[in-house]
Amino acid sequence: MGVYVTGFLMALKGLPMTLFVSLLAVAIGASFGLLLAFMKMSKKVFPRVISKAYIEIIRGTPMIVQALIFAYGIPILLQGLGVPFKWPVLLIPAIIVCGGNSAAYMAEVIRGGLQSVDPGQIEACYSLGMTKRQANRYVILPQAFKIVTPSFGNEFITLIKETSVLAYCGVVETLRSAQLWNANTFETFAAYIGAALVYLAVTYPLSKVVAKMEKKMSEGAA
Amino acid sequence: MIEAKNIHKIFKDLHAVKGIDLTVEDGQVLCIIGPSGSGKSTLLRCLNGLEEKDEGEVFVDGVKADESNITALRQKMTMVFQNFNLFSHLSVLDNITLSPIKVKGIEKEEAEAKAIELLKLVGLEDKKDDFPRSLSGGQKQRIAIARALAMDPEIILFDEPTSALDPEMVGEVLDVMNNLAKEGMSMIVVTHEMGFAREVADKVIFMAEGMIVEEGTPDEIFNHPKMERTKTFLEKVL
Ligand SMILES: Nc1ncnc2c1ncn2[C@@H]1O[C@H](COP(=O)(O)OP(=O)(O)OP(=O)(O)O)[C@@H](O)[C@H]1O
Ligand SMILES: [Mg+2]
Repeated sequence: MGVYVTGFLMALKGLPMTLFVSLLAVAIGASFGLLLAFMKMSKKVFPRVISKAYIEIIRGTPMIVQALIFAYGIPILLQGLGVPFKWPVLLIPAIIVCGGNSAAYMAEVIRGGLQSVDPGQIEACYSLGMTKRQANRYVILPQAFKIVTPSFGNEFITLIKETSVLAYCGVVETLRSAQLWNANTFETFAAYIGAALVYLAVTYPLSKVVAKMEKKMSEGAA
Repeated sequence: MIEAKNIHKIFKDLHAVKGIDLTVEDGQVLCIIGPSGSGKSTLLRCLNGLEEKDEGEVFVDGVKADESNITALRQKMTMVFQNFNLFSHLSVLDNITLSPIKVKGIEKEEAEAKAIELLKLVGLEDKKDDFPRSLSGGQKQRIAIARALAMDPEIILFDEPTSALDPEMVGEVLDVMNNLAKEGMSMIVVTHEMGFAREVADKVIFMAEGMIVEEGTPDEIFNHPKMERTKTFLEKVL
């Protein structure tokens, strides 16, 4: 029994890093995703194409491949071109990849949220003399934000699990912590079960919270 | 004063508004009546640019509306909608003060003081901290009128302000509008409330198929209609 407790505690050491990367990635994903959403709804072709291409590329490739390209591939490429480039810490490409990945998913969610705001609200803004920018800032975005908040929560939960790929890109998060302990002790089963339990201990209560938020939302709308 | 000349609106293959002229002097109330689909809402929305007109000109206090000044001109001709369109995420007070603060740059305290005055005017000062979802239709519409008034407009455009209301709530909204008219507020009111048009309007326009069929004083339109089309319509609704 003791070995499982140790396994859990060893994996737990990596949890702060997992949460840190996930939180930052959600924040980046939400802001960059908002930009992508606006680009995708733009009347101009250029921003639409860029946004669409970005989303397709990110969603069409596994995050671990993206992470490996960023963490190890890009420095090699640049060094080959004679640029002496090295990531100061591998946490940087990790956050870029997770945030960039999250943005591609959130862009769609945010766009859905923006489009689900009643057009009558926008007309009311205009009829009171607001510009499009003011309407967006004071009425449309706050309402869309309310609609998509549970999705942000779900994205956070997804990221907590998905950031485990960073174990292979030099970030000592939950899974990597378990792996390191396993390498020293060969308690392979206890190590990975420990990691699994750590993830579950976080995602399960969080998913309950999100479910509650969703329920409250749908009641508020009625 | 608001003046429209030769307004046309064409939706794909539907010519919804066909060359309408109208003038509303300061302090006047113009009521627009007509069958469903005759282009009343579209006309109103062409006036404040919510709908892009295909031809024609709109002047507000002599200033011709165009793309560059329509946002500013809308402050002078605010609108009240059939479905209220109150900002659902804001309290009643914030609904009323949002535009004065953000668009006109009025200080928050001043805007709120004014909002309270307006709430008193529509008889709802006790609702200032409520959210729209907790209000009845009639209350919502009275708040929407207060919100439109908060911009200190020259004229208010009403698009069937009582059509979405339960019958017992129509009166409270019409009373508020009636009082506004007495205070000298200029209004254009698209309405199916013939009683209101007869009593409050200075001028009535009867529209059908995108055109003005007949216009005149309420007495001329309701008691002595000249056109056959007007007579049949009035027979149906009165
Ligand atoms: N956005 C739009 N696209 C296409 N057709 C439209 C649009 N808006 C209105 N129409 C059409 O234009 C015509 C005039 O519509 P409008 O809403 O102005 O009529 P109305 O007189 O206000 O009718 P009601 O009394 O039912 O409100 C209708 O045939 C309507 O279907
Ligand atoms: Mg209409």
